[in-house]
Amino acid sequence: MQIRLTVNNTAHQLDVPDNTLLVEVLRGELALTGTHIGCDTSQCGACVVHVDGRSVKSCTMLAAQADGQEVTTIEGLADGESLHPMQEAFKNCHALQCGFCTPGMIMSAIDLAQRSPGLTEAEVRRGLEGNICRCTGYQNIVKAVLAGASGMKAAATS
Amino acid sequence: MNEFSYSRATSLRDAVRSQDKSGKAKYLAGGQTLLPSIKQLLDAPERLIDLSGAGLDGIEVGRKTITIGAMTRHADVAASAQVREAIPALADLAGRIGDAQVRNRGTIGGSVANSDPAADYPAALIGLCAIVHTNARKIPAEKFFVGLFQNALKSGELITKVEFEIPTGAAYEKFANPASRYAIVGVFAASFDHVMRIGVTGAAHFAFRWAEAEGHGLGVKDLSNVSLDQSRFNSDLYASATYRAHLVRVLTLRAVSRL
Repeated sequence: MQIRLTVNNTAHQLDVPDNTLLVEVLRGELALTGTHIGCDTSQCGACVVHVDGRSVKSCTMLAAQADGQEVTTIEGLADGESLHPMQEAFKNCHALQCGFCTPGMIMSAIDLAQRSPGLTEAEVRRGLEGNICRCTGYQNIVKAVLAGASGMKAAATS
Repeated sequence: MNEFSYSRATSLRDAVRSQDKSGKAKYLAGGQTLLPSIKQLLDAPERLIDLSGAGLDGIEVGRKTITIGAMTRHADVAASAQVREAIPALADLAGRIGDAQVRNRGTIGGSVANSDPAADYPAALIGLCAIVHTNARKIPAEKFFVGLFQNALKSGELITKVEFEIPTGAAYEKFANPASRYAIVGVFAASFDHVMRIGVTGAAHFAFRWAEAEGHGLGVKDLSNVSLDQSRFNSDLYASATYRAHLVRVLTLRAVSRL
């Protein structure tokens, strides 16, 4: 079927089988391989992207369901060479080891920070329930999300 | 994934009309259970009818009831100022379903229609004397859930909205599976003036009303001797039926103490 997607501010018209998942379009058709497929059972969160500003698991959404909507992936966050405040925070806090979960973590974290202005540590831990990391033990990820949320606030007011 | 064709209904009428009489078509709400089920070959519909454009979302508050459209997402119920004002326990329940991404897609109608024995909403439907509205009729929650993943819906019948009675007080207590966050047991207690009502999910094949506990009233401190029919309780690698029965008693006391 024909679908229209705006991905990272670029409009695309695609012809895909009806049963195509959003993550398959992003990775296969558009070569945006920053969005990962981890468990493929909507548990691990490696495939999280934003659809119309909300974080969703792109392995559990059909591309057809996103027809006419705006999608943001990890590739759409940086502004040229300058990283998004949440990406910067993950780098500074050493919030990754193997990095496989990181794109999903960052996409979830940005949605969380946007929705909860005075984010607490407990809210971060609860807000990341849908993202699994097998390396870090989460300590530095939580630190990074709090720092990234502050960075986003500072960037918004500057 | 199996092949299927996809179409997006533009209205309730359009959705019902698109339904295939042979039963090979399925309504697609948020897809948070249906799509994983198709991937795992637990379900193989030939056609999916997406309801996201059928105008079935939204929240309305009346004098005695609050009505939530079938396609209203869990995140929207959790964040709704109207729901938080009228029935804070219902917003709390919606905010504890699955994880943030599941709540951004999953819908109340999808959850109720799926009738998963471990889903959260069914406890609230029972506890709040809800009425399930479909395109054809109104079904009281107590008569809606009838078996493991089974409910009173007929083939092709579509949930349009769920109407909850606004209680004097309510609380939801959930013992969640730490991995899936499904309720191993969940208890929704509500009071309507001095009358108490208890809805239980996760424990048995389907959500049920624990009427025997209700009679003990709001000040109850001990439910250990109150009868609890365990004939259709679930027993799996997470919790035995006996342990689930224990959780029902503990969580009910906790929920009632918060009324």
